[in-house]
Amino acid sequence: MLLVEDKQIVVPGEILAEGDYHSGRGTFKEEEKVCSSLVGLVAVRDKKISVIPLQSKYIPKRGDVVIGEVTDIRFSMWNLDINSPYSGILPAAEVFGKEKRELNRAFNVGDVLFLRVVDVDEVKKVKLGLKGRGLGKFRGGILINITPTKVPRLIGKKGSMINMIKDQTRCEVVVGQNGVVWVKGKPEMERVVQKVVKTIEDEAHTSGLTDRIRDMLLELLGEKTEKTTEKQEDKEEDEFEEKLIQ
Amino acid sequence: MIIILTSKLIGNSNKGSLITSGTKKRPDGRAFDELRPLKIEAGVLERADGSSYVEIGDNKVLAAVYGPRELHVRRLLKPNMAILRCRYNMAPFSVEDRKRPGPDRRSVEISKITTEALNPAVFLEKFPRSTIDIFIEVLQAEGGTRCAGITAASVALADAGIPMRDMVAACAAGKADGQVVMDLSEWEDKEGEADLPIAMMPRTGDITLLQMDGHLTSDEFEKALDLAIKGCKIISEEQKNAIKNRYGD
Amino acid sequence: MVQSIVPEIIRESVANLIRNGDRADGRALDQYREISLETGVIKKAEGSARVKIGNTQIVVGAKPQIGEPFPDTPNVGVLITNSELLPMAAPNFEAGPPNETSVELSRVTDRCIREGKVVDLEKLVIIPGKKVWMIFLDLHIVDYDGNLMDAAVLGSLAALMDTKIPSTTIEGDEVVIDYETMVPIPIKEQPLMCTLAKIGGELVADPSLEEDDVLDARISIGVRTDGSICAMQKGGSVPLTREEVLKSVEIAQTKTKELREKAIK
Repeated sequence: MLLVEDKQIVVPGEILAEGDYHSGRGTFKEEEKVCSSLVGLVAVRDKKISVIPLQSKYIPKRGDVVIGEVTDIRFSMWNLDINSPYSGILPAAEVFGKEKRELNRAFNVGDVLFLRVVDVDEVKKVKLGLKGRGLGKFRGGILINITPTKVPRLIGKKGSMINMIKDQTRCEVVVGQNGVVWVKGKPEMERVVQKVVKTIEDEAHTSGLTDRIRDMLLELLGEKTEKTTEKQEDKEEDEFEEKLIQ
Repeated sequence: MIIILTSKLIGNSNKGSLITSGTKKRPDGRAFDELRPLKIEAGVLERADGSSYVEIGDNKVLAAVYGPRELHVRRLLKPNMAILRCRYNMAPFSVEDRKRPGPDRRSVEISKITTEALNPAVFLEKFPRSTIDIFIEVLQAEGGTRCAGITAASVALADAGIPMRDMVAACAAGKADGQVVMDLSEWEDKEGEADLPIAMMPRTGDITLLQMDGHLTSDEFEKALDLAIKGCKIISEEQKNAIKNRYGD
Repeated sequence: MVQSIVPEIIRESVANLIRNGDRADGRALDQYREISLETGVIKKAEGSARVKIGNTQIVVGAKPQIGEPFPDTPNVGVLITNSELLPMAAPNFEAGPPNETSVELSRVTDRCIREGKVVDLEKLVIIPGKKVWMIFLDLHIVDYDGNLMDAAVLGSLAALMDTKIPSTTIEGDEVVIDYETMVPIPIKEQPLMCTLAKIGGELVADPSLEEDDVLDARISIGVRTDGSICAMQKGGSVPLTREEVLKSVEIAQTKTKELREKAIK
């Protein structure tokens, strides 16, 4: 028996269903009852119940791309803060190969890098790498921090949200899965992006967001709001949540 | 040489002793099974990962949570789970006579039992080698601050997105003026015969904190325990509402 | 307090904006964030206030006690200011005895309140040389979002203006305290503090957290109602020029006047 509705806000310990239901992400099962372990939104898919958190920390996963800040230079590696309970290391070999060079010639404390999580071992040591398109050191621009669970919302379905922001503001925008966002463009446009990103973070749990953000962008950019309503929104959001649950 | 002419303490002299019968009204007009006015808010601080504010009676308590975050003290680190650390602190101006800043024996003990009251609720195994830090600040004290602190801390943990088996709610019962009552006020706590603060996870009924001082018969104890449990359940509903209100539900 | 490392990108972008007369939160260079002030928030304290500048939040409580005056000033009351940068207020604040930042905050606030002659301390004497009122002013910093000094002074002033002490009479060699007749403590002056940060060669008022993190130098100036100066403190490792100092004073005079009209009634 299902005791909650889809998209309802629930709290830790709240009983979501009894009997023949599966426990998905953000839930646990105890004596045939599926309970929420988080503050979040319920997502029911067939017999599987999940809770999408409204707030959480970034836990590194192999293959993720993240934005990190160099906090220390040690023997043959850099230490990076990746906005997570677990800091990361970037081995010198990732940058220099077998060549021996001074580390601070490449990156210094305070530099901000776009990296890939190469490996997370059983003691949560996070190894980072720079091999891949677009990875490396950022120059200029601004940084914005958002709750990592809201990253998929910022990107949107197949990048619909983030591409709209990029197109409208003509800014470069890079989103790390750890909730750090880098933006570079005209200073006033960087500010517009900052406002929009914060709004997406605050309203990530509401529906009709893409339309509202489109209107907000047009207003901030001083253009007339054209009513180009696409009634695809609801469908998009459903499919999008599917992605979050997985 | 100082003489105090009129006491500023509430509930002095004859306030409590007028009433004699069974389910009599209490000095502040409450029924034996009634909580003081309760207000809970979630997400009240900017910097903390999670926070909450609780008022119960004249208690005013803030709680903040940071974490899970990197633990720099290696000897405390646990390879298979996060550790929970709690600091209960009273503001110097929170009590009648100014309290000297910094921890004393009482606040150290309360910090310890608060940690233990919250520990069973948190899925610590999800964040090995990290720490979750809870800070409780009593801004104004009126009896039952440890319970208000635990209630607030639990809301702050949920607000920080920390996974938990259940919210933890805390409430005291006790005996004052010959009657077993729920949620002792400062006067009932000081002048009363017994105090029994508990914390629990209402879904399962698991009790995670239990202290008692004073004098109770076993019948009175059972009655007090049931009243405290009832109080926790009421408080728990308010905790849930506070969190849902934050997201405009 | 663990010093946090500020990414180079943030350092540059904050400075670049300010050089162009702009700030990350859209404020003018001399503009304060939103300020809110409530008094009488703590019943157990004889005077209290909660102040917010932006998201920086301080709860201030004043508690009077009867004690002995200091031997070198037998005919004035005592005012003691203490602040706690609580670990709840920021991820890099740590529990423990007051650190440098916290002691500096207490002392600068104390100087501004004392030299600004907020409380007429001579009127706090009960028996000259023997018994005086000692007022403990405790600043509880619960949320740190930049510019603690201005919030600390504003909160302290408001808490003192809210403070009431019981009236006392002397009968023989005994002090009789009447808790039923509470009287406000004598307030003489209303000094306020204005903090400016030097970033990218410009001066900005009321530095935000980000600006506090990247500033080259800081100057806090306490100003009385008549525009005279009662306390100053320079911070940060970059020097200031004579012209910058004088310009800061001018800005502080304007800003504290505005603040006084808006916040203190």
